[in-house]
Amino acid sequence: MTDVQTPVDIEASLAGRKLTHGKLPRYTPMAVFVGSLVLVGGLLAVLGSFSIPLTVFLGVLLHAVVLLVVTRMVEGGRAAKDRLATTLMYSAFGLALIPLISLMWTVLQNGLKRFDLYFLTYTMRGVFGGMDAGGAYHAIIGTLEITLFATLISVPIGLLTAVYLVEYGPTRLGKAITFFVDVMTGIPSIVAGLFAYALFVLFFGPGVRMGVVGSVALSVLMIPVVVRATEEMLKLVPNELREAAYALGVPKWLTIVKVVLRTAAAGIVTGVMLAIARIIGETAPLLLTVGVVNSANFDLFDGRMMTLPVYVYRQYSQGFAPNGITTINYDRAWAAALTLILIVMLLFAVARLVSRFFAPKTGRR
Amino acid sequence: MKRIRYGRIAALVAASAIALTACGSDPVESGGDNGGNGGNGGGSEESLSGDLAGAGASSQEAAMQAWIAGFGSENPDATVTYDPIGSGGGRTQFGEGAVAFAGSDSVMDDEERAAAQERCGGTDAIHLPLYISPIAVIYNLEGVEGLQLSPATLAGIFNRQITNWDDPAIKADNPDATLPNKRIIPVNRSDESGTTENFTEYLAATAGEAWPHEPSGDWPLQGGQSGAQTAGLVQTVKGGDGTIGYADASQASDLGVAKIKVGESYVEYSAEAAAKVVDESPRAEGVPEGDLAIDLQRDTTAEGTYPIVLVSYLIVCKSYEDAAEGDLVKGFVSYVASEEGQAAAEQAAGSAPISATLRGDVEAAVESITVGS
Amino acid sequence: MTTTGDPAAKPARPGKQRAPQRPGDLIFSISAKAAGVLILVILAAVALFLIVQAWPAIQLDSAELAEEVHWIGEAQSLLDYVGPLVFGTILAALIALIIATPIAIGVALFISHYAPRRLATSFAYVIDLLAAIPSVVYGLWGGLWLMPKLYPVFDWLATNLGFIPIFEGPAADPPRTILTAGIVLAVMILPIITAVSREVFLQTPTLHEEAALALGATRWEMIRMTVLPFARSGVISAAMLGLGRALGETMAVAMVLSPGLLYSFLILRPGQQQNIAANIALKFPESSGVGINVLIFTGLVLFVITLVVNMLARWIVSRRAEFSGAN
Repeated sequence: MTDVQTPVDIEASLAGRKLTHGKLPRYTPMAVFVGSLVLVGGLLAVLGSFSIPLTVFLGVLLHAVVLLVVTRMVEGGRAAKDRLATTLMYSAFGLALIPLISLMWTVLQNGLKRFDLYFLTYTMRGVFGGMDAGGAYHAIIGTLEITLFATLISVPIGLLTAVYLVEYGPTRLGKAITFFVDVMTGIPSIVAGLFAYALFVLFFGPGVRMGVVGSVALSVLMIPVVVRATEEMLKLVPNELREAAYALGVPKWLTIVKVVLRTAAAGIVTGVMLAIARIIGETAPLLLTVGVVNSANFDLFDGRMMTLPVYVYRQYSQGFAPNGITTINYDRAWAAALTLILIVMLLFAVARLVSRFFAPKTGRR
Repeated sequence: MKRIRYGRIAALVAASAIALTACGSDPVESGGDNGGNGGNGGGSEESLSGDLAGAGASSQEAAMQAWIAGFGSENPDATVTYDPIGSGGGRTQFGEGAVAFAGSDSVMDDEERAAAQERCGGTDAIHLPLYISPIAVIYNLEGVEGLQLSPATLAGIFNRQITNWDDPAIKADNPDATLPNKRIIPVNRSDESGTTENFTEYLAATAGEAWPHEPSGDWPLQGGQSGAQTAGLVQTVKGGDGTIGYADASQASDLGVAKIKVGESYVEYSAEAAAKVVDESPRAEGVPEGDLAIDLQRDTTAEGTYPIVLVSYLIVCKSYEDAAEGDLVKGFVSYVASEEGQAAAEQAAGSAPISATLRGDVEAAVESITVGS
Repeated sequence: MTTTGDPAAKPARPGKQRAPQRPGDLIFSISAKAAGVLILVILAAVALFLIVQAWPAIQLDSAELAEEVHWIGEAQSLLDYVGPLVFGTILAALIALIIATPIAIGVALFISHYAPRRLATSFAYVIDLLAAIPSVVYGLWGGLWLMPKLYPVFDWLATNLGFIPIFEGPAADPPRTILTAGIVLAVMILPIITAVSREVFLQTPTLHEEAALALGATRWEMIRMTVLPFARSGVISAAMLGLGRALGETMAVAMVLSPGLLYSFLILRPGQQQNIAANIALKFPESSGVGINVLIFTGLVLFVITLVVNMLARWIVSRRAEFSGAN
C-alpha cells in the first residue's frame, strides 16, 4: 500500500515546490532581439530621430535588458548570467566588425574608382599633376619582392630560434633569448628602419636606397613575431607526442621536424601569415630605407623601389591636384590600399589552405 | 563541405592573381611611353642619357614630377629621380655627395655651405629659385565668402588672441560680411615645413606686436589643431567647422581663400602676384657669385604683390667633376628654368612661373657651371 | 656496435633515453642555437646603434641643445623634451588597450566557444583581416570615415560629462585628439589580441570543459571555471603584444592626431599629446644634424619603455608558471 502511495505523495509535493526551472523556447533570444530592434526603431522614427547606428545600439541594449529580466524570471539567475554573457560575446564580435566593414566599404567605394587592370599593370613613370593615368605596378612588384625577401630572412631564423627555445630550453641562453625577443617585439618600425639604414650606410655610403635594406628593416620587425607565434605553437604540442617519438627511438631532430613542427604547422603558418600581414603594411621604415621611385625596379639589390604602403602615403600626402582630375592622388591612394588589402587577403586564403592541408586531425576543429 | 568549396574559390583567386602579376611586366615599357605626352616640341639639340638623383623639399615634389616627365620625354635615355625627404635632408645628402642636386625651401647655412664646397670639388654651390608657390590662407566657414584679413588680424587669429569669427577686428576687415558667432579653429602644420617657415616669416615681418614669435619651420604654439603635410592640414581644415589654415595655394581645392591686405588693398593670391613679389625683392647678401638666393620683402606695400609665398631653390654645384653628371644637371636645370618647364610646374603643382628677368639670370648661372676636369 | 645515426638501432638499447650525439642532432641543435644567438646580435646591434646615434644629443647641455635644434626651447633639457612624448605614447597605448582588450577577449571567446562551429573559422579569418590592413589605411579611414562620426559623441561627452577632468571641453572639431588615436589604435591591436587569445582559448583541455558542463555548469560558468583560468597568461601575453604595437605605431597616429607636447589628460582637446613614433616620423624628414640624434634618443626612450613594459608582463606571466601549455 505504502509503496504505491509514495510516488503520488512526491508528485503532490512537487506541485507546490518547483524543483525544475522553466525553459524558454530556443528562439527566444532571436525574437527578443528582433523585437527590441523594431521597438527602438519605431520609437525613434516616431520621435523623428531615426538612424541605423542609434537603433542598433539602443536595440542591443534593450535586448540585453529584456532577455536578462525574462530569463531571470523563467530560468533563474545562473541562466540569466549565461544569457548576458552570450549577448556580450555577440556584441563584442559585432563591435569588432564595425571598423572592418566600414573600412572595407570605404576602401572598396573609393578604391574601385581606379582599380582595374590598367592600374595594376602600369607604373607612375611620366605621370604628374591631375593626369588621368598612372598605376601601382611598380609598387606591387616592390612590395612583393621586399616582403618575400624579409620572409625568407625571418622565417628560418624565427623558426629555428623557437625550436631552440622550446625543444632545447630552458637554458640560460634560452631565457635571455626569450626575454630579448619580447623586447624586440616592441621595436617601433621606424627605429628598425633607422637601424637597417645605418647598417647599409656602413657598406654603401650615405644615401643608400635599396629594396634589400627595407627587407632587413622588415625582418627586424618580423623575426620576433615569428618566434613568438612559433614558440606558442610548439609549447602547445603535447609532451606525450615527443615522448612517444623518443620511445620509438626517433632522433631528436627528426622528432622535432617530423612530429613537433608538423603537429604545430597549422599554427606556425598562421603565425607567419600574421607576421607578414603586420609587416606588409609598414610604411615608415620603407620610406626611410627604400625611398620612392616612379618606374618599375625588379632588382632588390640596386636602386630605389616603390612599395604599396609608401605609394598610398605618398599619393595621400600629395593632396589635391591643381587641375585635371583634382582628386586623382586620393583615388590612386585608395586603389593602392585596395590592392594591398587584396594581396593580403590572398595570402591569408593561401595560408588557410596550406594550414588545413598540413594540419593533423584534431578533435577541436 | 563548405570549406572545400571555399578553398577552391581561394585557389582560383590565387591562380588568377598570379597570372595577373605575370602579365604585368609587359606593359611597363608602354607605361613609360604613355607618360611622354607632355606635349613639348623638344628643343634640345642632343639627347642626354644616364641617371640623375636629386633629393630635398617635399614642396617641390609635384612640380618635380612634371619636370622629370617633361625632361624624360625630351631625353628618353635619361632617368631623373627626386626623393622628397625634406629640405634639410636634401641639403645634407647634397653635401654628402649622395645626390647631384638638392631641392630646398631655405638657403644653406655656413656649415652646409662648407660641406657643399667640399662636395663640389672646392667650388661653391649655388641656389636657383625655380619654384615659387603662393601660400593661401584657407578657411572653412559656411556662408562666408571672400574673407579679407589684414596681417595683424591674421596674426591675432593664429596667435589665438582672436578666438571668435564675429570679433571686431575681423569685422573691421570685412565691413560687408555677416560673420557668425562661432569659435575660430586655427590649424597649423604639425611637421616642420617650409610652408610654416614662410608663413611665420610673413607674420613676423608684417604683423608687428600681434605676432610675438620668431619665424620658424615649426609652429611656435602648443595645444591647437594641426595636420601633417599639406594634405593633412587641408583635410583638418575641411573636417572642422570654423577652421582656418595655410597651405600651398594649389591645394586649396574648394575651400574658401582669404584675401590678404597688402598696402591699402586686399589681394587674392595669384601666380603673377606671387612672381612679382620675388622680382621686387633684392638678392640675398654675402653669397657667392652666381648664387640667386633671394631676400624676400615680406612687408612690401607694392601694388599687386602677394607676399605670402614660398620660394624653393634647386641647389647645384658650380662645377661637376663627373662630366656625365654635370651635363645632366645642366640639361635638367635648363629645362626646369625654361618656359615649358615652368608651365609644366604650373599645370602640375599650381606654382607661379618665374619672370623673364629671373629666367635670364638662371640661364646665365647655369651656363657658368663647368663640367669635367 | 650499432651506429648512432641509425634510428632503427635505437630500440635495441632500451636502457638509454637519448643517444649521445647524432650528426643530425648536432647540426640541428647548433643551427637552432645560432639562430637564437643571431637574434641577440641583431638586437644588440639595434640597441648599440641607438645609443651611439643618440649620444651626441645626450652629451650636449640644454643651452647647446637649444642652439643646435631649433624645436627644443631655451633651457629645456633633453629629458624635458622627451617627457611629454613618453606621457603621450603611454596614454595613447593605454587608451587603446583599455578599449581593445575586453572586446578582443569577447571576440575570441565568441569565435572559440559561441559561434556556430562551421562558421568559426570564417569569423576568425574575418578578424585576422583587420590585422592585415596597413596602418596607412587605418590613418586614411580614421581621418575620413571615423572622425566625422566621432565628433557628435565627443561633443556629447564634453557637454554632459565635462565635469570629469579628462572629458573637459570644448571637444575638438575635427576630433583629432588622443582619444581618436586611441580608438584607431584599439582597432589595430584588436586582431592581434584576439588571434592569440583565441588560439589559447581553443587549447583549453576539452575534458575540463566537458567535465564542467557535465556538472551542470552553464556555458558562461564553464568558460569562467575552465577556459579563463587556463588562458590567463596567454591573454596577458596577447595584450602585451597589442601594447607593443600600440606603443610603436607611427602612421595612423600621425594621420589622426593633432600633436602637442603637454602633460595633459584632456583627451577631447587637440594639440595636447604626441606619441614618440609619430613625432619621429613627422620630424625626421626635415631634421638634420643633432636634431636627428635627439629623435633617435626619443627612439631609444621608446625602446626602454617597451623593455620595461615587457619585463612587467613577463613577471606577471611567470607568477603563473604552472601554465606552459605543454602539460
